Amino acid sequence: MEAIITKKERDLKTEEMVVQMGPQHPSTHGVLRLEVTTEGEVVTDVKPIIGYLHRCFEKHCEQMTNYQQVIPYVDRMDYVAAMAMEWSYVLGMERMLGIQVPERVEYIRVIMAELQRIASHIIAIGTYGLDLGAFTPFLYLFRDRELILDIFERTCGARLLYNYFWIGGLSHDIPPEFVDKVREFVKQFKKTIVEVNNLLSYNEIFIKRTANVGILPADVAINYATSGPVLRGSGVKWDLRRDDPYSIYDRFDWEVQVGKGEMGTVGDCWDRYMVRCREMEQSLKIIEQAVEQIPPGDVQSAIPKRIRPNPGEIYVRTEAPRGELGFYIVSDGTNSPYRVKGRSSCFVNLSVLPEISRGYMIADLIAILGSIDIVLGEIDR
Amino acid sequence: MEKFLVDIFGSEITAYIIIAIIPLIFIVPYALFAVWLERKVSAHMQDRLGPMYTGGWHGWAQTIADIIKLLQKEDIVPAAADKKLHLLAPYIVFIGSYAAFAAIPFSSEYIGSHLNLGIFYIIAVSSLVVVGLLMAGWSSNNKWSLFGAMRSAAQIVSYEIPTALSLLAVVMIAGTLNLQEINKMQSGWFWNWFIFSKFPFVFIAFLIYFVASLAEVNRTPFDIPEAESELVAGYHTEYTGMKFAMFFLAEYANMFAVSAIASAVFLGGWNSPFGDFMSGPIWGVFWFVAKGMFFIFVQMWLRWTLPRTRVDQLMYVSWKVLTPFAFFCIFAIGIWLML
Repeated sequence: MEAIITKKERDLKTEEMVVQMGPQHPSTHGVLRLEVTTEGEVVTDVKPIIGYLHRCFEKHCEQMTNYQQVIPYVDRMDYVAAMAMEWSYVLGMERMLGIQVPERVEYIRVIMAELQRIASHIIAIGTYGLDLGAFTPFLYLFRDRELILDIFERTCGARLLYNYFWIGGLSHDIPPEFVDKVREFVKQFKKTIVEVNNLLSYNEIFIKRTANVGILPADVAINYATSGPVLRGSGVKWDLRRDDPYSIYDRFDWEVQVGKGEMGTVGDCWDRYMVRCREMEQSLKIIEQAVEQIPPGDVQSAIPKRIRPNPGEIYVRTEAPRGELGFYIVSDGTNSPYRVKGRSSCFVNLSVLPEISRGYMIADLIAILGSIDIVLGEIDR
Repeated sequence: MEKFLVDIFGSEITAYIIIAIIPLIFIVPYALFAVWLERKVSAHMQDRLGPMYTGGWHGWAQTIADIIKLLQKEDIVPAAADKKLHLLAPYIVFIGSYAAFAAIPFSSEYIGSHLNLGIFYIIAVSSLVVVGLLMAGWSSNNKWSLFGAMRSAAQIVSYEIPTALSLLAVVMIAGTLNLQEINKMQSGWFWNWFIFSKFPFVFIAFLIYFVASLAEVNRTPFDIPEAESELVAGYHTEYTGMKFAMFFLAEYANMFAVSAIASAVFLGGWNSPFGDFMSGPIWGVFWFVAKGMFFIFVQMWLRWTLPRTRVDQLMYVSWKVLTPFAFFCIFAIGIWLML
């Protein structure tokens, strides 16, 4: 009799279920694996497991025969924002070598980087809609991303991985129709932003799904060293384009966007999402100003014949679409780098995921992961 | 119609079999068409063209090609699956959807079975779908499938209540559960339809029914049992080939079933909206299918526009919004009828 009771009790005992989300899962945004401990539908713990896309980026850099060869590898870090990746590395090398790039190059770089920021945020916002079950905004956004990629293709021949920013200059000058194409895009995309806001951002169901979900308070965000839209979504006004100025961003009129908690609490998923939407508008503003002021000149005049920096080291950081991207470059006076270390914003931002997703449901976990917006190429390198 | 068929074939059994088969003859081409339509509707909403190649004109043969492809697929049963349940589940789901067609009046001359409890029967028999879904989720031995099955069981069971209550509002006015009778009461011009009677209470009941029916057939914004971004594919994650196609067939059959009930109960069913214009048994089929397809279009329209709700929000909508309002409608109509 006793044995039967114990058996019954054992059968009735509920236990936590461990679910493997990924590496093959529709909404892990790449080959990320989440080991999710759930109680029913409620998430009690999340453990992100990375490394499925590791390509030995840093070791490769040490094996290069010169510094220029690193750039295509840098492209492959955050492959949806390759221009931003290139810029960070190139900027570091230019500072190391003491190169002053021509004005024309600076303007083109700003335009390219901001177009890239828009293209990257398009993916972030579009796939976020997909994660929450809204298909159509994704395609509206991708229609306009095509315009950006067409501009890139006209300029440097590549649509995804450009190798466009060279140390001291650019691989190609902009084509004659570039300015018109950019103006055309700006005009078109202003309409699309309104459309997406109507269709997705202020949709009642979307707000219900994202507001007050995955709240990341400002102090936690700072303690975890998050950056980019994740940090700004928590209401911290921190943007390296403004706070650690590089290039010519100080010449343009634009504002840093932060989450204000309009729909719920400051630092929820909706805020992080909306920061990206508003940043796209600000990027358009920068592009509009920059494209009218491109000075004439030669984009390759400052490219050094031989790149051999003096022994030393440098850490450079720029504001990539996903946050603070840093490169620590050590030179031993030879033709190739002694060490290149990438500081990935996605990697740091992902570390905050377990902190903010405990106690929410599985559906919310998807929303939180999407709002952090990771690219595994950059995390695993 | 039974009499006519009995006269032709001389045997009652043959006649009844033919009557029973007619909805199936309707469902299969309809499902092929609806899948194609869904692709075209979604494509045109998203600045795409959708299938354009197969079959020539606007890719009309795409779904036929897909079915042929699915027929050739290997039928994979997971090693750790409960094989019997795994095999049985898609057919139970389909039976649940198909059985509902027995009491749906396609025309004034055609209804599968003259049940006096038509609406009651449809509500009851379509609950069978839940059993199939649970079986599919459980037998697959996959955690995502199980999540999907649990969600769909909870969802369909709770949404049956507002569905039934909103239909009850009309039943109170009509005084019968027989769908054929309900349709006959709505003959004449379109203002005789029940949706316009006892305004606005039946209209509210209609809205409640439509929202709840979306949840019953797992359509966006209530498609959480098969939420592809969360649960991979929900309860049919582990299904391949024709068994997978059976789930789809059942889903599209179910979509038409709920649309057909909406048009029969609220929008006059096979009645022409313009009195005697284009009315009669044959035109009746046309009007009935047209009204049903209109609702199917609306379902597609919503699917490609709205994001998905969360499980708890879904339950909130059912229990705290739709059910009280449905009760309110019943109450108001009851008082109206008493006065």
